[in-house]
Amino acid sequence: MNTNLLWLIPTLPFAGFLLNGTLGRRLPRAAVTAIALLFTVLPALIVAQLWMYMKSASAPLSLSVASKPWIAVTGFQVNFAFTVDHLTLIILAVVTGVGFLIHIYSAGYMAHEEGYWRFFAYLNLFMFFMLVLVLSSSFLLLFVGWEGVGLASYLLIGFYFKRDSAANAGKKAFVVNRIGDFGFLLAMFLIIQHFGSLNFTDVFAKISATPMTGGFLTAIALLLVVGATGKSAQIPLYIWLPDAMEGPTPVSALIHAATMVTAGIYMVARCHTLFDRSPYALGVVAIIGAATALMPATIGMVQHDIKRVLAYSTVSQLGYMFMACGVGAYGAGIFHLMTHAFFKALLFLSAGSVIHALSGEQDMRVMGGLRKRIPITFWCMTMGVFAIAGIPPFAGFFSKDEILYQTYLWDNPLSKLLWAVGLFTAFLTSFYMFRLWFKTFFGAPRFEEHGPTHAPDLHAAHGAAVHASKSSTLTLEAEHDSGQAAHAHGVHESPLVMTLPLMILAVLSIIGGWVGVPLAFGGHNEFEHFLGPVFNPTEHVAEHVVTRSAEPVLAAMSVLTAALGFFVAYFFYYKKPGTGAALAKKFAPVYSLLDHKYWVDEIYGLVIVAPLLMVSRFVLGGLVEAGLVQGTGATLAGTTRGAGSLVRRMQSGNIRSYAGWLALGAAAVIAVVLFAHY
Amino acid sequence: MNFDHIILTIILLAPLVGALILAVIPEREGAKTHHIGALVVTLFTFLCTLHLAAHFNYASAPGTFQFEQTVPWIASPHINYHVGVDGLSMWLVILAGILAPIGVLASWNAIKVRTKLFFVLFLLQQVAMLGIFMALDLFLYYGFWELSIVPMALLIATFGRTENRRRAAIKFFLYTFIPSAILLAAMIWLYTKTGTFDLPMLQQLAASHSISDSSAALWLCSLAFLVAFAVKVPVFPLHGWLSDAVQETPTAAVMVLAGKLGLYSILRFYFGIFPEQARHIAPLLIALGAIGIAYGALVALVQTDLKKLAAFSTLSHVSFIVLGIFSFTVAGLDGGVYQILNESLIGAALFVLLGLLYERYGTYDMRDYGGLAGKHPWMVTMFVVTSLAAVGLPMLSGFVGEFLILSGSLQAYIPHPMVWTAIGTTGVIFSAAYMLSMIQKLFYGDLGLRSEEVVGWDLKPREHLELWPLAVLFLVMGVFSPFWMKSIDMYGTLTADKLIHFEPGSIKHIETETYTPTANLTSQQLDVVSDLQSGKIAPASVASKEVR
Repeated sequence: MNTNLLWLIPTLPFAGFLLNGTLGRRLPRAAVTAIALLFTVLPALIVAQLWMYMKSASAPLSLSVASKPWIAVTGFQVNFAFTVDHLTLIILAVVTGVGFLIHIYSAGYMAHEEGYWRFFAYLNLFMFFMLVLVLSSSFLLLFVGWEGVGLASYLLIGFYFKRDSAANAGKKAFVVNRIGDFGFLLAMFLIIQHFGSLNFTDVFAKISATPMTGGFLTAIALLLVVGATGKSAQIPLYIWLPDAMEGPTPVSALIHAATMVTAGIYMVARCHTLFDRSPYALGVVAIIGAATALMPATIGMVQHDIKRVLAYSTVSQLGYMFMACGVGAYGAGIFHLMTHAFFKALLFLSAGSVIHALSGEQDMRVMGGLRKRIPITFWCMTMGVFAIAGIPPFAGFFSKDEILYQTYLWDNPLSKLLWAVGLFTAFLTSFYMFRLWFKTFFGAPRFEEHGPTHAPDLHAAHGAAVHASKSSTLTLEAEHDSGQAAHAHGVHESPLVMTLPLMILAVLSIIGGWVGVPLAFGGHNEFEHFLGPVFNPTEHVAEHVVTRSAEPVLAAMSVLTAALGFFVAYFFYYKKPGTGAALAKKFAPVYSLLDHKYWVDEIYGLVIVAPLLMVSRFVLGGLVEAGLVQGTGATLAGTTRGAGSLVRRMQSGNIRSYAGWLALGAAAVIAVVLFAHY
Repeated sequence: MNFDHIILTIILLAPLVGALILAVIPEREGAKTHHIGALVVTLFTFLCTLHLAAHFNYASAPGTFQFEQTVPWIASPHINYHVGVDGLSMWLVILAGILAPIGVLASWNAIKVRTKLFFVLFLLQQVAMLGIFMALDLFLYYGFWELSIVPMALLIATFGRTENRRRAAIKFFLYTFIPSAILLAAMIWLYTKTGTFDLPMLQQLAASHSISDSSAALWLCSLAFLVAFAVKVPVFPLHGWLSDAVQETPTAAVMVLAGKLGLYSILRFYFGIFPEQARHIAPLLIALGAIGIAYGALVALVQTDLKKLAAFSTLSHVSFIVLGIFSFTVAGLDGGVYQILNESLIGAALFVLLGLLYERYGTYDMRDYGGLAGKHPWMVTMFVVTSLAAVGLPMLSGFVGEFLILSGSLQAYIPHPMVWTAIGTTGVIFSAAYMLSMIQKLFYGDLGLRSEEVVGWDLKPREHLELWPLAVLFLVMGVFSPFWMKSIDMYGTLTADKLIHFEPGSIKHIETETYTPTANLTSQQLDVVSDLQSGKIAPASVASKEVR
């Protein structure tokens, strides 16, 4: 195996970015598509080859490749260096595989958009940075990818830049992520201070070699957690992710569900050596994870925008993964990361297909009855819904169950509480997903149909073109905003280029969990074995077998919970469609709280942003700048006004008076210095 | 033929001769004679500066100067024309070289009247800047330092944009000139104590504590140096002149208004002659640097005027450098010096872009803009790239410097380094906030008042020519930093305190031998040194050299 192949994995998408970014404007759409797809499928093929190679027993546990230094000063050096181990391999497969499928889908979904080339250039740029993030063998290079995917996310969320909400959402995502990066940077500075290196192997070897625990390791771990809460949308920094749905739907699927937002989980798992030494930091991770699983799930119950439901669901699922890492079950977290990538990408793309069918409509209140009209989308999405709801034997069941089980076993007084939170969240998840399912696909159609004559694709961008131009399309926007009637210019199933990725992802959402069937159900939990060399280099994974007796009971409970969620949703939104609204009226304050997302954005605005701007404007910009800094200058100018004429003459270039002034000032100072007899 | 010993003089004379020639060519209405002349001169100068990079000897002993030339000038007081560069100043000379032609191009349409005056002053300013970076004789240096102030003040007063230009010029002049006069006094005092203006010798005397036996006098003297330089940087809160001056100064001149001259002077003269005082005052300057980062960024966040935003962004960025160099760690110093280069290039690109906007739409008020991305795709690309470099996105040039600076400041031997590092690091959040807000207000959303009224046009070939070299440098300097760092590191390693890693978790700092260049001293100078050291002139003040 030639390790130099590793360089190609990220640089190929970068080449795609450069080609489409510079020439794309002049190329036909087919060429742009070909470039983008080619430079995404090639890395996927390399990863496949890598996978075959590393699966064999004789293969080394990790491959590395390094370049000349990127930053080199005396005493500190960082190279461009990549490493592939089993953990990397899984994420690489997810990123390149799911990424490629979403690229295909985008070719159909974005087919009629303005700025087609720009979209694919950004998408390839994202792939580049994401692959750098995953492959990096040092904190700093990981940070390169980390910031880079943030940039790609910024550009893609703001793809419809003429729409203010999109531009705002992009900026919000970038700035909130930067708050996380603030923590990440400080963590890296501490690591440099204490270990003199940023290489994973160096740092982790030093940690392993000494009996340290807690102390500054906790500080580093907690600062890394700050970074992870930004990128992986955990409480308290999750607020950017729901807004990020302003981007085109494939972007939501790829970046804001399947890959980028899981970077924080990957990072924590990658640094497990560090986190294992800080029980305190791990506890914080677990609690943040549990809270993040629960809170957005409650918000997701009352959202009407189909993409927003999925966005809050993503935040919630990321919370599960975070909780898994917090209880030390990194393998389970990565397992869920993988299955989630399958079913959440599927759900987003299906939602995109629904939106496509309804020519840009995202409001579930004006959907309904789509089951017969777009059957492929319906069946694919059903697989996704079953998977995320935790119905066996779909993928989500195994991974989520593993997390709940590991949480239950966690050696901490909080374990049962967190498990209960996780279980309750599973119920909520099942409920809001079936709510979405019923509201979208069942019941009577609530959209207006205008016949199939119109061009099918005014859609996704019901932002870009529509909001920007002030012409005839304005009416469309107005009607949409009033939420009364959607225009379905002939509800139609999506073309094969879009449904094919859906079908593949649907299959993955069914079978994706079978690689991790626990021993208690007669499986071998191959997934955990595969990750064994990364997370348990010394222990034998098999020793957990003994404690597995509780697993069937717990699994049964979570299946019942999922079923309960289904039946509640069935009752509310299918059997007696008015029930939900009636309940909302009855518990108006609670509903309002959820509907307003706990007013978190408003509270942040009021408590943090507004005071910061006020202080900047009035205290710093006003009092300090105008009063003290400029004021001193004014006084200075005032006291020397006597010399004003002199100053003016100096300005006119009168050298003699200039020299005279110079000499005078100098003489005065010399006199003072000398006279004082120093 | 070997140019090595006269190349610096050639570099210095080229713009000076150019200025003289331009001064005698008559000015004609609408003609571009002076523009072309200035472009030729600055391009020639730039090519000459590249000679330095090509022939720099990386294997030379640390602390020595290269391309040196010494010509006796005045016998008494003893003043030499002594120029030379080392790893620190070489890239700054080249930086000054590359910025000048870009400045000329940026003035191509912006300067329509009094072109002769403009370009003569511009070239004189260029001479002053190059001279500051090369001079190794204190008196010679001071001449260039003063020369850097006068043309700039005249440029502001004559070519300012609004009625406020005179006030801005006076303010700039007073702010920089008064400390300069005190600086001169301090230099003369140094001369009376040591009998030399020669920098390498002064550095050696300082290292052996032989300058003066009165620590109080030395302190006063060092403060005179520091304040003069800090105003020019400017260091918070001495930046009162900055925002007015930035608003008025034409693009070509504003690129070299702040930052490098003051920062270089601190690194070369303040750290060189007053190593102990600098270390003692470092905690204060680190605090001011950290506060300046956050302060500049926060004030930039609430500006509606683009030039004011750029001014406070400049304050924030130079504060990064102050934070880094006063940490006296290798990372902080290397990163700080590297960031001088980056900040200058990024600032130049930003000011050029703002100037281009002004040429099209005639306003710097952000609220009048909006929705330009659809109209000017190339311009928005350049703006975004520049902004990303400014906010320190990895793989672009700003990141390497900022990262090293902040990691260095955490290792600084001061009370609570974590606090100041954390305050400084907030800059990465706020800078993203104000830069992206600016992008959004200029380019996204609906068309604004001016951007709807005026047709405007995307970048023209000349404008591409101004921006592409900078954009390419952002990427190249962000990815291949060792190419620059290897020479900068020669300076940084010498100047920094040694940092010793023991076990993780326990860090020790040991103060290094101070910067002691011995090479290249004439025998006469060495006599003075030995005189001083043997106590004939003034016994050394005993200062601690042990672990601080």
